[in-house]
Amino acid sequence: MTNLTDSPGVELRGLEKSFRTPHGTVGAVCGVDISIRAGEIVALLGPNGAGKSTTIDMLLGLAEPDAGSVSVLGRSPAAATLAGLVGAMLQTGSLIEDLTARELVAMVASLYPAPLDVDEVLSLVGIETIARRRTQKLSGGETQRVRFALALVSDPQLLVLDEPTTAMDVEGRRDFWETMREFASRGRTILFATHYLEEADAHADRAILMARGRVVADGPTTEIGAMVGLRTIRATLPDVERSELERLPGVAAADCHGEAVVLSCADADAAIRALLDSFPQARDIEIASAGLEQAFLELTGSAS
Amino acid sequence: MSAATYMRFELLRAFRNRRFFVFSLGFPLVLYLLIAGPNGSEDDLAGSGISARLYFMVGLTAFGTMSGVVAAGGRIALERTLGWTRQLRITPLRARAYIGTKLVTAYAFALLTTAVLYAAGIALGVRMPAGDWLGMTGLMLLGLLPFAALGIALGHTLKPDALGPAIGGTTALLAFLGGVWFPLGDGFMADVAHGLPSFWLVQASHIAVGGEGWDATGWLVMTAWTVALTAVAVRAYRRDTERG
Repeated sequence: MTNLTDSPGVELRGLEKSFRTPHGTVGAVCGVDISIRAGEIVALLGPNGAGKSTTIDMLLGLAEPDAGSVSVLGRSPAAATLAGLVGAMLQTGSLIEDLTARELVAMVASLYPAPLDVDEVLSLVGIETIARRRTQKLSGGETQRVRFALALVSDPQLLVLDEPTTAMDVEGRRDFWETMREFASRGRTILFATHYLEEADAHADRAILMARGRVVADGPTTEIGAMVGLRTIRATLPDVERSELERLPGVAAADCHGEAVVLSCADADAAIRALLDSFPQARDIEIASAGLEQAFLELTGSAS
Repeated sequence: MSAATYMRFELLRAFRNRRFFVFSLGFPLVLYLLIAGPNGSEDDLAGSGISARLYFMVGLTAFGTMSGVVAAGGRIALERTLGWTRQLRITPLRARAYIGTKLVTAYAFALLTTAVLYAAGIALGVRMPAGDWLGMTGLMLLGLLPFAALGIALGHTLKPDALGPAIGGTTALLAFLGGVWFPLGDGFMADVAHGLPSFWLVQASHIAVGGEGWDATGWLVMTAWTVALTAVAVRAYRRDTERG
């Protein structure tokens, strides 16, 4: 489903952004580098508070970075927006009232240099039947579809979706991803944020994992498992320091509970050889695949 | 890209908003008929030299248009809370053009309010040369500028739930002190009124009795309010849109 080209995509370099709160300054994004090629479909994955939305706000020019640079399709975010190259569905937002769904889409379409046909967009997101209904009479799911239509109507080169399916039911989600794939097949660059691993796995070519304001992993979705350390080694091993275990090759993290040790491994093969070399007394060894979800939670630090 | 299409939908929205209609059209019209109707033969209201039907026609036009214009800017607050202004910031629509559409909508409504109250005034017997109608209207539209700026400043500053009382209270007070409800004559209150934009908005009616509308003080006061409130609106707008 990828149509990669050499034209510039998205380049985020050393992005930093912190917010002042009553409890002091909180770093929301702490040095993020992301490079997305034109035509890629990328999932920005991470738990709530990982810095996904703040990163997206800076990418869209809605927030000014404290440090670092943003380039969108070879331009500044403001220039890309002004040229009508970017469409986005923000995480929150309602529709203004007193217009029909169709009128609202037409109103936003009129702001762009080369918009899609309004009726084409309505049918693309499946809202032809509610086109003549006033926006204040739409259900939550219907509102989300209209918001999706607003993001698509400019026929953007880059489509940014911030947790787009949060307010959708099962059917809504299925339709949504179908439409996104249809749109992606036109060779557009798509970045979507989600905290569902399965959404990233099913709909993106590549996943970027964020946690605590940083990128903690980045790679093709087919390698998500490997990149997050798919296997764990459990063993009984008395009198060993956790730091000694973490120094072993292939080990990403180690945990000791009395005599029981648990090693989260990026490369379990290397790790087990090294473990037996250094600690021949290790026994009750067990190597298991740590479910994707578990691995994801460990990596993003939301398990603790 | 067509600003005209965007404008058309923005106007359509405003005209479909019933509350807007009731408050900026219905309310002043009914008040006018209630106040001026029974005093139809009063040709010199409280020594102002102006007939009751003309005085209240202008007074209630001023009241209706100024609350309408302030409320139009106030709608920005609602759209901000909805997240709509953020949505617009990721379109090519410039923030200035957004405010521009709000101003045009406000003035469209002000003209409608004016037309309705003029029609009611004529029905009650107000007669003037065409030039005076035009001069008076022009002066009133000019006099709405500080109120439009005030609306935009409030729209970028307040939360929607504070907006109703803020706009209602401010316009009611300004209308009262500006002499919408009765001529102020001389004295302390009149001195205060001379410093208010609402007073000069009502004074546009002096054109109708061969007067000048605004004297030098009037122009000075109106210019000062317009400049000051525009500066406040620009500040409020900048602070609002630059926030992360």
